[in-house]
Amino acid sequence: MNTTWSRFNIASVVLGFAFLYLPIVLLIIFSFNESKLVTVWAGFSTKWYGELFRNQGLIDAAWVTARVGFISASFATVLGTLAALALTRYTRFRGRVLFSGMVFAPLVMPEVITGLSLLLLFVAIGLDRGFLTVTLAHITFSMCFVAVVVQSRLITFDRSLEEAAMDLGAPPVRTFFAITLPVILPAIISGWMLAFTLSLDDLVIASFTSGPGATTLPMKIYSQVRLGVTPEINAACTLLIAVVAAGVLIASVVNKSREVQRQRDEQAAQRN
Amino acid sequence: MAQTTASDGIGTYSAAAPAEGGLGRAIGNRLVILVPYLWLLVFFLVPFLIVFKISLSTTAIAMPPYMPVFGLEDGISGFFGNLRELTLDNYIWLTEDALYFNAYISSIVIAAVSTVITLAVGFPIAYGMARAPTALRPTLLMLVILPFWTSFLIRVYAWIGILKPEGLLNQFLIWTGVIDQPLQILNTHTAIYIGIVYSYLPFMVLPLYSALEKMDYTLVEAAQDLGCPPISAFWKITFPLALPGVVAGAMLVFIPAMGEFVIPDLLGGSQTLMIGKTLWNEFFNNRDWPVSSAVAVILLLLLVVPIMLFQQSQARAQEKSR
Repeated sequence: MNTTWSRFNIASVVLGFAFLYLPIVLLIIFSFNESKLVTVWAGFSTKWYGELFRNQGLIDAAWVTARVGFISASFATVLGTLAALALTRYTRFRGRVLFSGMVFAPLVMPEVITGLSLLLLFVAIGLDRGFLTVTLAHITFSMCFVAVVVQSRLITFDRSLEEAAMDLGAPPVRTFFAITLPVILPAIISGWMLAFTLSLDDLVIASFTSGPGATTLPMKIYSQVRLGVTPEINAACTLLIAVVAAGVLIASVVNKSREVQRQRDEQAAQRN
Repeated sequence: MAQTTASDGIGTYSAAAPAEGGLGRAIGNRLVILVPYLWLLVFFLVPFLIVFKISLSTTAIAMPPYMPVFGLEDGISGFFGNLRELTLDNYIWLTEDALYFNAYISSIVIAAVSTVITLAVGFPIAYGMARAPTALRPTLLMLVILPFWTSFLIRVYAWIGILKPEGLLNQFLIWTGVIDQPLQILNTHTAIYIGIVYSYLPFMVLPLYSALEKMDYTLVEAAQDLGCPPISAFWKITFPLALPGVVAGAMLVFIPAMGEFVIPDLLGGSQTLMIGKTLWNEFFNNRDWPVSSAVAVILLLLLVVPIMLFQQSQARAQEKSR
């Protein structure tokens, strides 16, 4: 299709991206500010990063967040993938409407409601608030995001590959691990990463479901932000952005090289 | 055989199972559905029922701070006794205190206005992306998704430094001579609008882009060849064709914005009333669990229609791509 990219189109895209990225860029720049005043530039310095590594409370919170994120993302990926399989492969089973409702609703549910309802559940069953409850809460809301990501890949999946494997005598479970899983793996990986970042970012649900000793990094940052803007928080935020950006970058490079490899394989197969 | 499998519960799949030729028969099939199903029932649906139940309870100075507590030790008669103690007092309380009513109204207004602004800002961006050279599109798409990976809290926090009286925006405006007194933006509704539009813009752009990318532009060209002015061609052709994207995007912004807590709390200051903040204060500051549950139930009722609209648009998109 021939498209004409008019000046208006270019301007709106450029301005839109400037709006999206400028605040983050400014935040990163001012994390290297010498002055304690965040908005007055007084020269380049990395001293706030040094401060950061001496702040034991922040380091503890980062460690809790990393563990919660890793565990919850892993469970959410398994559950979300199962949910995606259930939604795409089984078009008719009892309670499917309720099921798809429960998968899609958490995507838009206000966090205060999810947080409050999960907390009340944990109180009702007598589970002490802490590491376990935050992790359970994070599994629940991020598995739905994983399900949506994996589902979009499953919809375009060529089922004849599975059928061929089964016709050749592969048992179902083996077919899944040999055929289906490799094909949907990129979606599963990005689902895991999405779940991990969602857990890393979450403030509201964690505040409701967490207890003493399980303060996550966003909770810690939030309590400091309420006291005012400081370069130290800017530094913490910059590090967090760097971690996520590195992860996204690595994942996209890996995906790309897998894609290139696959195309090369297909071409080789055609030549033979 | 097909008859029986189709009727014995959640784990059954379509009667056309042999044609599905699917993975794992019997047990495998059931587990694939049953495991996530049960998880969501226990951790998503049941909690809502508990919220509803507690919204009918009375506040008590105890742990948990509400009455009655349904316990297994009460037995059947105790259960019915407890049932009789449930009241609608919390809901009556919500109607008596104007604070809650105002908070709901102000949340609806703020969410609706920000949705419209986000649509107005997001549409040209999505349109520009959809008309970009094909080779450039994946990069542009990636650039829209990337901020979504950055923490919500951090992105809202970044705006405090920009909007506050001695912040970067005021410094810039004074430096350019547009104003000579700093503007008070932080702690006003304007700051909330900026925060919501900024945070939710990718949610609006993505569905709009996917609707606009599939659009056939020769239709617009044909209309213009026939003498239709560009603006009316936009309203008669482009906008209706993008409507599914508009609905999905609007719901993705409106629903979470209604219950938003972080943005009004950090950018809106103490004066702003939004229901997410009210619920938070009720819970964490007043420790009134029954009232905050009632607030949540009403918020959920207000969101039932938008959520169903969203699910329908999702289901339709899913059917189409099959």
